[in-house]
Amino acid sequence: MKILSKKTLNESSGTRVTQLEVYAPLIAQKALAGQFVVLMVSAQGERVPLTIVHANKERQSITLIFQEAGFTTKLLGKMAVGDSLYSIAGPLGHPTEIKNYGKVIIIGGGVGIAEIYPVAKAFQTAGNHVTSILGARTKELLILEDELKSCSAQFFVTTDDGSYGKKGFVTDVLTDLLKKDKYGLVYAVGPIPMMKMVTKVTSGTNVKTIVSLNALMVDATGMCGCCRVTVAGETKFSCVDGPEFEAHDVDWDELTKRNRAYCEKEKHICQLDK
Amino acid sequence: MKKEPVKAKEVLASQRINGFGEVVAGYNEQEALEEANRCLQCKNPTCISGCPVGINIKKFIFQLTQKDYSGAYLTIREKNNFPSICGRICPAEYQCRKACVLTKKGSVFASPDAINIHFLERFTGDFGMKNSVAVGAQKEKNLSKFKVAVVGSGPAGLCCAGELSRMGVEVKVFEGLHQTGGVLRYGIPPFRLPRGILDFEIESLTKNSVEITPNFIVGKNLTITELFAQGFDAIFLGLGAGTPSFLGVKGENLCNIYSANEFLTRVNLMSAYKFPEFHTPVNIGKHMVVIGGGNTAMDAARCALRLQKINGIPADTTILYRRTEVEMPARRLEIEHAKEEGIKFRLLIKPEEFIADANGCVMKMRCQECELGEPDSSGRRRPVPIKGSDFELDCDLAVIAIGLKANQILTKVTPELKTDQYGDITVNPETMETTVKGVFAGGDIVGGEGTVIEAMGMAKRASSAMIKFLLSKEF
Repeated sequence: MKILSKKTLNESSGTRVTQLEVYAPLIAQKALAGQFVVLMVSAQGERVPLTIVHANKERQSITLIFQEAGFTTKLLGKMAVGDSLYSIAGPLGHPTEIKNYGKVIIIGGGVGIAEIYPVAKAFQTAGNHVTSILGARTKELLILEDELKSCSAQFFVTTDDGSYGKKGFVTDVLTDLLKKDKYGLVYAVGPIPMMKMVTKVTSGTNVKTIVSLNALMVDATGMCGCCRVTVAGETKFSCVDGPEFEAHDVDWDELTKRNRAYCEKEKHICQLDK
Repeated sequence: MKKEPVKAKEVLASQRINGFGEVVAGYNEQEALEEANRCLQCKNPTCISGCPVGINIKKFIFQLTQKDYSGAYLTIREKNNFPSICGRICPAEYQCRKACVLTKKGSVFASPDAINIHFLERFTGDFGMKNSVAVGAQKEKNLSKFKVAVVGSGPAGLCCAGELSRMGVEVKVFEGLHQTGGVLRYGIPPFRLPRGILDFEIESLTKNSVEITPNFIVGKNLTITELFAQGFDAIFLGLGAGTPSFLGVKGENLCNIYSANEFLTRVNLMSAYKFPEFHTPVNIGKHMVVIGGGNTAMDAARCALRLQKINGIPADTTILYRRTEVEMPARRLEIEHAKEEGIKFRLLIKPEEFIADANGCVMKMRCQECELGEPDSSGRRRPVPIKGSDFELDCDLAVIAIGLKANQILTKVTPELKTDQYGDITVNPETMETTVKGVFAGGDIVGGEGTVIEAMGMAKRASSAMIKFLLSKEF
């Protein structure tokens, strides 16, 4: 559980995205694209889920990328090389179903770009024609550009402020692409509003659309139901039934609200830390 | 003249609800002696048949009357690895005390006159713990070459590990969470089972050469086949009944509606009652409602009320149950304690819908009144909703404590393990062996939701069958 290496991927007006490589032989051995870990920084810590961005079997390590957004991710960002996490368990959740769809579009927004990287790689290896669309608020917040480029046949970047790539949203590019060509799959990870918009764009088409949800979790092994989401009218647990679901079946409003359940507590604990 | 049962001292309700300290103080020596002396020492004791692990109750109580406390401790330990835990949480009124000759025939649970066997067990267990009474191992030389993997460190797993290691088998326990104890730690609150007691009982195992690996999820990190390939000779599955059931009513996924597992895990395992010193939050409502009638419901309600008290919110916690108090599966003592602490009981009520505020949080419930109809498959009278009896109830936080289903993380990746319609693992009830050779199972993953001591009973059956299995492997 020792941190082997650490890198700041970017920093812009108080938002920092950090990459940690953690020694975790048991997890590295089995991790597949789309899976995640649940970790605790300290014995007093929360259990937080993070996607496995890369598993290195030789170094027996896994790579995690996260935005230092909340109390726990900030605490995690303070960890130095050589420090040990209190606990880490995984790989959890179903891996992405990797097969040859022909042409696939893979969309990552913000720190969600980290989560699509292993998936894009796996789709490319499986013989797919991969189109990546990365979206960020501004140029400084863009991550893993070269990595994603290296596993994509087509590659696009959009920024909200136009500081890099196309000005606008990932969905603008998606809409264009879907007009011009046929795709077998759209896969998207990012903030809920982005995934919701992607869902809207593909809902008029017949393209299968998969999203990886970022519901709140506690045990992350199917024990508590904190991460429950309504999918096609049924209650599912993101941790054991997901984290990926058919985008058109997800009740986005419910997920948005449930993910805000601890906003007040979060503000409180963050304030105390100042 | 008949002697009155000795009551165990308890912290006053008005005091104990301000924290998570232990409620029942238990017997001191004099009280234990007095209660032990009430035992009739029946020629043919009926109580033992009521104990799922078959403790020689008559004998240990007699030893207590002789002030042979170490002897009494060893008598219990012959059958039960965790007397200080079981003495605190066993539903004795359905088990040994119900079988006590002093219980009136045909009672649903023990009569008040029945010997307080659980309090005597607790006194004895705590004596053994405080005085480090050593339990001799029964190591068999030809067992020491075997290695067994135990999956899950809850009551069943720990009990099986203890039994096997005592016989000399090398035991490794794999636990999915970051801490050991399973439901004893994530489910049962510290005011019923202080963490020091739990830690002591588990440490006495690890001292005894049982190695426990936390954060290890069998089915994810390694499969059953891979465990065998790593040199384990047999495997015990004590996975627990891991997945919460929900009501299936409208609005159940609104914010601030918790499963009891989530609520209790946050509060107990993650120490959310010490937020922000501990970082896991739990929300606290002004009108907290717990749905269910079992021990879990009582635990959740009593935690909820304490959270309100600790945070300066006027206590308002209600238990809703669709039958009446007699049918509640909870321990009578917990029901009594919950009432003393000010938890409101609304019986014969069935939740119909949760109603949201503008932020998607629960604000109200719509319920229906019920009456009792014909008995159902459980033998309890079925609640029948009364038409037109709908009403609304203020509720800004709800905890659903209506039971659990099997967690299928392991069974789903192990198709050769046969499961029943509920997802529970199918076993031979005598040996607890599953449909996979050398793989045994016990606890809630086999029997559905049961008590800690029932899980231990199954684990003991499994461990003796496992020893036979190991010894037969030689030839």
